[in-house]
Amino acid sequence: MCTTCGCLQMADVGPYEPRRGDTQAGQRATLSIEQAVLAKSARQADRNRRWLAERGILALNLMSAPGAGKTRLLERTLTELKGELAMSVIEGDQETAFDADRIRATGCRAVQINTGTGCHIDAEVLGHALHELAPARNSVVMIENVGNLVCPALFELGERARVVILSVTEGEDKPLKYPHMFRRCDLLLINKADLLPHVAFDVERCVAYARRLNPAIDCLTVSAVSGHNLARWYGWLRAQAAAARHPVTT
Amino acid sequence: MHELGLMQHIIETCRAEARGARVELITVEVGTLSGVMPEALAFCFELCVEDTPLAGARLQLVRTPGRARCRACGAEFELNDLLQGCDCGSYHLAITAGQELRIKQMEVA
Repeated sequence: MCTTCGCLQMADVGPYEPRRGDTQAGQRATLSIEQAVLAKSARQADRNRRWLAERGILALNLMSAPGAGKTRLLERTLTELKGELAMSVIEGDQETAFDADRIRATGCRAVQINTGTGCHIDAEVLGHALHELAPARNSVVMIENVGNLVCPALFELGERARVVILSVTEGEDKPLKYPHMFRRCDLLLINKADLLPHVAFDVERCVAYARRLNPAIDCLTVSAVSGHNLARWYGWLRAQAAAARHPVTT
Repeated sequence: MHELGLMQHIIETCRAEARGARVELITVEVGTLSGVMPEALAFCFELCVEDTPLAGARLQLVRTPGRARCRACGAEFELNDLLQGCDCGSYHLAITAGQELRIKQMEVA
């Protein structure tokens, strides 16, 4: 299904003919299908990954619950790294272009995806958005997924890395409540650290829960408002962007 | 509610595979670690199948168990909860089964 416009692109169908693996008894037949439901989506994710790799582009899939501060973090990152890293943004929300407008206000290019009833961005929608965005070679594409800790975890987009953002107002047990999300991410940003004096949030316990599900996950406590630890986030970003870039070949 | 989109995809695939034959039963395997709720899939099936050539078909969901291998001690065991660890105390696990969502087969007449 094309979730950009909601159309169901059905294949043309011919009359039924038995194939290998099918069994027939009288008028009835059992057709063996053996098809992973997400196989088509995984193929599109591979196409996106190749397209990005050929251009040395770093694509990051940013995911969080609504209100964890993804857009604020992006605004500050885009502003502070302007002139150093070429960046553009794909914004996913069910409705409105508010976030893309906020990103454009920083002087950065952005494409807004409205998923409508959809609860996540999928690989096909991302493919369309990448063509519309036409990011420069060796640049960084930030994909701000729909605010949701459940569904986006299951859908690979072709990104190089996944970043989950959790704010200290949410409770340190979130990794255990949403294990599918936290076990598949490369970096956990614990955001709104400036509010730590005012909330009962145990950073160490949060990190321990995340590492229990995902021993390899990098964890960083940041504040997009005070700027706490943003230099380390930028360092992580630079290293990822450098790894995604093609070595110059002659 | 990603099950809605997944079910639309399942119905689209089955419709194409049936090539015009009447579909009576669709069997789908749902791994316990797939992140997909069978109840929600069943609910979406009823919604999605209406007014399609598959109307009247039944959906059979088969729950397949999860399995993991412990990266610390090598033990292999059934795992149906991502918060569960190995008996050795380690949570460093490689999931080897249970993440699948697969259209197995369908009966047509």
